[in-house]
Amino acid sequence: MTDAGGKKVASETLLKVEGITKIFGTLKANDGVDFDIVPGEIHALLGENGAGKSTLVKMLFGSLQPDGGTIYWRDSAVSITNPMQARALGIGMVFQHFSLFESLSAAENIALSLGGDVTLSKIAAEATRVSHEYGLPIHPDRLVGELSVGERQRIEIVRCLLQQPELIILDEPTSVLTPQEAEKLFATLDKLRAEGKSILYISHRLEEVQRICDRATVLRHGKVVGHCNPRDETAKSLAAMMVGEDIHSIERSEISAGPSSEEPVMVIDGLSQPASSPFSVPLSGITLSVRPGEVVGIAGIAGNGQSEFFEAISGERLQDKGSRVMIRGNEAGRLGPSGRRRIGAAFSPEERLGHGAVPSFSLSENLLLSRHASDRKAYIGPLGTIRRGALTKTLERIVKALDVRKSGYDPAASSLSGGNLQKVILGREFDRSPALLIANQPTWGVDAGAAARIRQEIIDLARNGAGVLVISQDLDELLEIADRIAVMSDGELSETVPAETVTRETLGLMMGGATPEKHHEERVATMEAGQE
Amino acid sequence: MRIELVRRPNPSALYSALSPLLALAITAALGAVMFALLGKAPHLALYSYFIEPLTEVWSIHELLIKAAPLILIAVGLSVCFLSNNWNIGAEGQFIMGAIAGSALPILAPDFQGPLVLPAMLIMGMLGGMAYAAIPAVLKARFNTNEILSSLMLVYVAQLFLDWLVRGPWRNPEGFNFPESRNFHADAILPEIMSSSGRAHYGFVFAIIAALVVWFTLNRTLKGFEIRVLGQSPRAGRFAGFSYTTTVITTFLIAGALAGLAGISEVSGAIGQLRPVISPGYGFTAIIVAFLGRLNPLGIVAAGLVLALSYLGGEAAQITLGVSNKVSNVFQGILLFSVLACDTLIHYRIRIAGPARAE
Repeated sequence: MTDAGGKKVASETLLKVEGITKIFGTLKANDGVDFDIVPGEIHALLGENGAGKSTLVKMLFGSLQPDGGTIYWRDSAVSITNPMQARALGIGMVFQHFSLFESLSAAENIALSLGGDVTLSKIAAEATRVSHEYGLPIHPDRLVGELSVGERQRIEIVRCLLQQPELIILDEPTSVLTPQEAEKLFATLDKLRAEGKSILYISHRLEEVQRICDRATVLRHGKVVGHCNPRDETAKSLAAMMVGEDIHSIERSEISAGPSSEEPVMVIDGLSQPASSPFSVPLSGITLSVRPGEVVGIAGIAGNGQSEFFEAISGERLQDKGSRVMIRGNEAGRLGPSGRRRIGAAFSPEERLGHGAVPSFSLSENLLLSRHASDRKAYIGPLGTIRRGALTKTLERIVKALDVRKSGYDPAASSLSGGNLQKVILGREFDRSPALLIANQPTWGVDAGAAARIRQEIIDLARNGAGVLVISQDLDELLEIADRIAVMSDGELSETVPAETVTRETLGLMMGGATPEKHHEERVATMEAGQE
Repeated sequence: MRIELVRRPNPSALYSALSPLLALAITAALGAVMFALLGKAPHLALYSYFIEPLTEVWSIHELLIKAAPLILIAVGLSVCFLSNNWNIGAEGQFIMGAIAGSALPILAPDFQGPLVLPAMLIMGMLGGMAYAAIPAVLKARFNTNEILSSLMLVYVAQLFLDWLVRGPWRNPEGFNFPESRNFHADAILPEIMSSSGRAHYGFVFAIIAALVVWFTLNRTLKGFEIRVLGQSPRAGRFAGFSYTTTVITTFLIAGALAGLAGISEVSGAIGQLRPVISPGYGFTAIIVAFLGRLNPLGIVAAGLVLALSYLGGEAAQITLGVSNKVSNVFQGILLFSVLACDTLIHYRIRIAGPARAE
């Protein structure tokens, strides 16, 4: 906090953007955006999903062309027509969704992006040198498919650093990292800043931005709503700038009836299954129960078996015997998704496009995806015809209930922003009033306003008597909404612990796979001591 | 230097709608160039190819005869293609349908009456379904590539037909020609308007099939299931739709329609089995399906266009003295034009310079 607000490294700016405008059809994705970055600063770009952050960054990196305005690089106007040119200027980018080939080694992936005819061994040596210099250990010879998400991100960063950029753009870098991995990333960023490099840091995690960023530019609906020093703001005031209204804080009443008094709505008993492909994770001995009225959270870093676990509970993959998964007292292990929905379960997968929704289909058709069996009478007429009127009525209801913003009456799923599509996918289940909801990453990549709304809906559903299981990488989210939390690591699930007694650090250690038992025992011991 | 296809952010809706017409225009233009190179006057050649067959009533009947199998097969293929099942073996299913349906009048010529024809049509559909079931089950059960298995089964069917008409099913009174006996009157598919031309009820079947399939695909849960699994299999699984059931169902639908086309052709247009009963309808129907944008109603129009290319080939052979292989060339150009138009509507070409070492 010593240098807060006191950065006067150089009078010249590295990058300056004046009046940048980008129009898609009738939508102004960027509307006269101004901001600048000076050498040796970490500059945050804040905004909700759909605020225009990605559009802006794509124009800086040359993958989109602005319709108006000017970009200045070291005080001279430039037009960046493609990423190659951006790299030549000295702009590097680490994308949120990694662009790595899983079946190639780290060095091969780096070589692919560098192009040219440098030998692989030379690249590997260079990559190792850079990785040591910045505290980003990587193994150049390992296949990317075998690496954790944090390691993959390090490859992306090393690859970016090898191009010796002056400005590095990081898009939501910590969304996939454990708190410990994030710490390491922050240390690297500090080192880069100390060397006079500049970083444009895109994140929705306000505490992080406050911690590491020197200045922030906040975007809303394509316009700059403010520049600020994030350290002078509170997380709440930053969020309010982004959303344009005060975010209502989540209301979480205590569980009314004693949860232990009622029959569990779902019981999973010793669920194990082999990996279905070389890149999937086997599950072993998962045991869990969810009671009516409570939210159970499952924490864990992506790729530790959460997707496999979700597909096993949703019935996309069947179990070896019916009693492995009991839903409301019914043996569900041998039932497919439709059968499980008929007995009151509802599911919301992590991937919105291509799993939870068909991108090219209209929203009303996408409602049918999960409702055709559970609400057959309402939506399917004689001869198996689809009742379109009933579907659009349901869509109207969901749109109204969750304030879904869309263009047109019944647009294609792919035309909605992530947050709004997530509202539709979850709304389609809320609308059924299910007895059990399984939601995988319900607010992943969703803006703060929509996320708060979704979390409130989840809590309300539970407090109205449903059992809810939320799988999430976002610890803050779980600590906010869950009553009990378990951690999934390498295909195994820990015991659940009450949410009010657990800390981020403990969960983070368990997520990293670091001997959870010991910490867990300590935790339980202190819990018991505290209760007495 | 390398050439890249870059996805267009907003493909033009206008061009998407016009794409089939655009492809036809490109085909006509390339055809004109081809005729010019062959030393024929392009405008006369194009006239005799595309216009002349439409100037006489009997010729329009011939057009419907050729369009009927193309539409029937292509409608079935559209169901397969929409569900991401690449059935390339409709030609074989067509032949097997023809053989299965013909078994009745050939093996039991004394069984006559009004039941013969419906029985033949049903047997024809069953024959096509049974043959389509082979690649379907192989794909559903063993994840076999259906493109290869269905294509290779075409040649098996062709040789099987050839063997039948030269061997066990040869006409005993046929002077050793490789043909089956002629079907008796009750086994012949009637003509629609026998006063003006030969067109038979096969075309009516094609229109009915197109309407029924269009309704099923666009208005029913089953059609929804097929489209979902074609667009994103994972979302289909999430919805609780069965991948294997859909693979088999769509193949069976395509097989049934190809088989119906086969028995209609043999019973309506030919009247007996011969070593070759199709000028490649099963393959041309693939072009028809894409030219019709996999929409059964569009396929009716596309089927008529491609049927014209067969007739035009015959006409051009007579009036211009060019080989009727020109039809195949036209069909090939048309398929490439359709695919190229669709590709260029969704992507633009970028020529990237040589990658530079850092």
